[in-house]
Amino acid sequence: MNKDEKENRINHLDELEAEAIYIMREVAAECEKPVMLYSIGKDSSVMLHLAMKAFYPEKPPFPFLHVNTTWKFREMIEFRDETARKLGIEMLEYINEEGLRQGINPFDHGSAYTDIMKTQALKQALDKYGFTAAFGGGRRDEEKSRAKERIFSFRSESHAWDPKNQRPEMWQLFNTRIKQGESIRVFPLSNWTEKDIWQYIKRENIPIVSLYFAMPRPVVLRNGQLIMADDDRLKLREGEKIEMKSVRFRTLGCYPLTGAMESEAAALDEIIEETLSSVESERTSRIIDSDGGAASMEKRKREGYF
Amino acid sequence: MKNKLLKFITCGSVDDGKSTLIGHMLYDAKLIFADQKRALELDSKVGSRDGKIDYSLLLDGLMAEREQGITIDVAYRYFSTERRSFIVADTPGHEEYTRNMAVGASFASLAVILTDASQGVLQQTRRHARICSLMGIRHFVFAVNKMDLVDYDRKRFKKIEREIKVLMAEFDYQTLQIIPVSATEGDNITRKSQRMMWYGEEPLLRYLEEVEVSEKGEKKGFSMPVQRVCRPNQNFRGFQGQISSGEIAVGEEVTVMPSREKAKVTGILQGDIAVEKSSCGHAVTIQLDTEIDISRGCVLEKDYKLSVGNMFAASILWMDDKSLVAGKNFWLKAGTQLISATVMNIKYKIDVNTGAEVYTDAIYKNEIAFCEISTGSSIVFDRFENNRDLGSLILIDRITNMTSACGTVIYPLERGENLTWHNMDITREMREVRLGQKAITIWMTGLSGAGKSTLANALEKRLFAMGKHTMLLDGDNVRMGLNKNLGFSEKDRIENIRRIAEASKLMNDAGLIVLTSFISPYRMERRNAKEIIGDSFVEVYVSTPLEECEKRDVKGLYREARMGRIANFTGISSRYEEPEQPDIVVDTSKHSLEECVEILLAGLEKYLGEC
Repeated sequence: MNKDEKENRINHLDELEAEAIYIMREVAAECEKPVMLYSIGKDSSVMLHLAMKAFYPEKPPFPFLHVNTTWKFREMIEFRDETARKLGIEMLEYINEEGLRQGINPFDHGSAYTDIMKTQALKQALDKYGFTAAFGGGRRDEEKSRAKERIFSFRSESHAWDPKNQRPEMWQLFNTRIKQGESIRVFPLSNWTEKDIWQYIKRENIPIVSLYFAMPRPVVLRNGQLIMADDDRLKLREGEKIEMKSVRFRTLGCYPLTGAMESEAAALDEIIEETLSSVESERTSRIIDSDGGAASMEKRKREGYF
Repeated sequence: MKNKLLKFITCGSVDDGKSTLIGHMLYDAKLIFADQKRALELDSKVGSRDGKIDYSLLLDGLMAEREQGITIDVAYRYFSTERRSFIVADTPGHEEYTRNMAVGASFASLAVILTDASQGVLQQTRRHARICSLMGIRHFVFAVNKMDLVDYDRKRFKKIEREIKVLMAEFDYQTLQIIPVSATEGDNITRKSQRMMWYGEEPLLRYLEEVEVSEKGEKKGFSMPVQRVCRPNQNFRGFQGQISSGEIAVGEEVTVMPSREKAKVTGILQGDIAVEKSSCGHAVTIQLDTEIDISRGCVLEKDYKLSVGNMFAASILWMDDKSLVAGKNFWLKAGTQLISATVMNIKYKIDVNTGAEVYTDAIYKNEIAFCEISTGSSIVFDRFENNRDLGSLILIDRITNMTSACGTVIYPLERGENLTWHNMDITREMREVRLGQKAITIWMTGLSGAGKSTLANALEKRLFAMGKHTMLLDGDNVRMGLNKNLGFSEKDRIENIRRIAEASKLMNDAGLIVLTSFISPYRMERRNAKEIIGDSFVEVYVSTPLEECEKRDVKGLYREARMGRIANFTGISSRYEEPEQPDIVVDTSKHSLEECVEILLAGLEKYLGEC
């Protein structure tokens, strides 16, 4: 093989990239009113980066939507606004005002909080704008019911998922036809693994929130998880104290529900190294996933959680 | 990692242990996370395997699946070993969920088909092999599972191995491996089984790490279906898509299909990076030098012969609960084209068990059919065997929006009236004179083992030595090429003979002496061949009696047939009709080979003419 051929040969990451771009272009070409969900995490950052590439030199022909629970890390919100400004993309924010007024919060309301501020909020946002297709950064390697979901996943008028009756999806022939009121969730990163995400972030030099990198942060040990005291809404319980520890986050969500891991990994290579040798899956740091047992994610998804 | 990513599926009948197999592989190769392992051990405790680990729980992720203990939909798992990265789609075994199995098959380049060692090849095994083949899989591994339940018996394995080979003979494949395993006990999954030392080859995982699945390396021209037109401002117009085949460079000329207008490439973007050239698999944006009309659904090509037309023959898998009848109208998606289409004619459906073609008016869920499809206007396509992107299609129900069928283009159809027979200036007679011979077809018929091939071979050598220009057509060179899509049903056998006759006629027209050696048991089919070939047809009856043929049994086929393992075997379970007026008769049980050749040459004298 000569040098030219080698350069042109497609590797694993190229293949995943091309697949994601193909999917995004199909949606842009065939769906009436698409939106890309943006959660500020590493997967969203990769998805956004791919969208910028897919349509270049045009900007992505759809807006981005962040469903804000108002409990995100402060740094995430700063990063979101900075990213939107730098790239010149339209970033919509949606907050469930009703839930906010009722004072729904992660400390007192448990799984009702996730339902009201995330699942219901998302449905309200999609209904408000009338989006017919929404990209999400979900990956099949994350969780067992995700592993069963199609790339194009259909939702009824009430945003419900029917896992027992998914539309067949053959080759690259995506059937995007829906009836009035129905919508599609599209997962262009379906076939990526956590390792692929990190290697792609490195290869493409994609900016990510610095919470992914280890540094000394104020944390509290609660129910076996290290929770960061990101603002003074975190009330200390008896026997708890705030300590400074070198930590980083493997996934990002609402700060009271996201466990930190003790780590010294402050550079990308170190994070990749740690991730590859990890013996726990990334979802162990998500407190909401363990709420309800093995099938909790499927239940939430059936009800409209992304 | 030296080997390319391998996408494979596991399939096979219900309870053959597909999920268990993959679960065990991941578990043994230490490819699951500690928290997943803990959950698995916990779940297994309440399960039915008496507290032993139930590896299938790693994959069956839906609530209904866990409740019913079955797999409903495809699960995708991602894992890497030191040698290779894998994506495995674990597919359901129930007939009811066949379409979900097909989803997995369309995604994979290799299939691991499980068979239960105590049951052998079942209907669902056949169905899955057939669907894998339809969806384009060319690499197969059969894992003969539950060897622990048959005491790791080598004879049992060998018997199933034979069944599998008979089944696979129908399909076009590149690699086939058959491995005895036990998914629950872990034999030959990641480690060589100590209990089956008689199996000398690699365990499953090692085989998967090493198997080469790249496509045959023929050079293909460039093709790219246009997904969308990118026009951010007045100064930029680019055509976005993923390259289906070949490569393209700045400065080269492309043809736009279906309009056939030509333009030069002035720029290529791979994502957001400008490149000089790009190749198959990349997502690109291509700029051209002229303002020609190009929209979504067009295909850019270079040195690639694409079909443009509104009718083709396709194999389809019907997936809708409602049945399909001819005349129904759909949305058809092929490449990036979405167009109104009608199933004009259902030629036949395939019996999943035997592969036989069955004439029918309606196709029901999970059936495979061969039909003719016409589209509302011309579309650009290719045969599936040449190009997956431009040869695959789905049919979408216009009312429910359901993906009712998926299919592959077998060949384009042109209306007969457009075809005219070209009269050639160089005639057969002129060619015969040039070659110094009379062109005839020496058609040998007789039972299997009668000595047709041996005789044809020896005769051809003699003719060749005499300076004749000859061509021998036998089962091997025809079944593997020209007629490789034909099975052994009665209808296929008739078509087999028809094609051989047509090929013989063309070669006679080219001035050649053709020798054919096929059982051709029916008078009717030999009469048809004679009609096609005309006066040049010379019928040779190799009349060796059945007792002698069966005694010889060179390939062991008579024995198999007597035991009922081969259906439709001529002379045993299917009739042979002796020729009524053969031109030459020769019995190889009465004469030596040399004598037989002499008898033939004497009989042929008047046909070969004086040269």
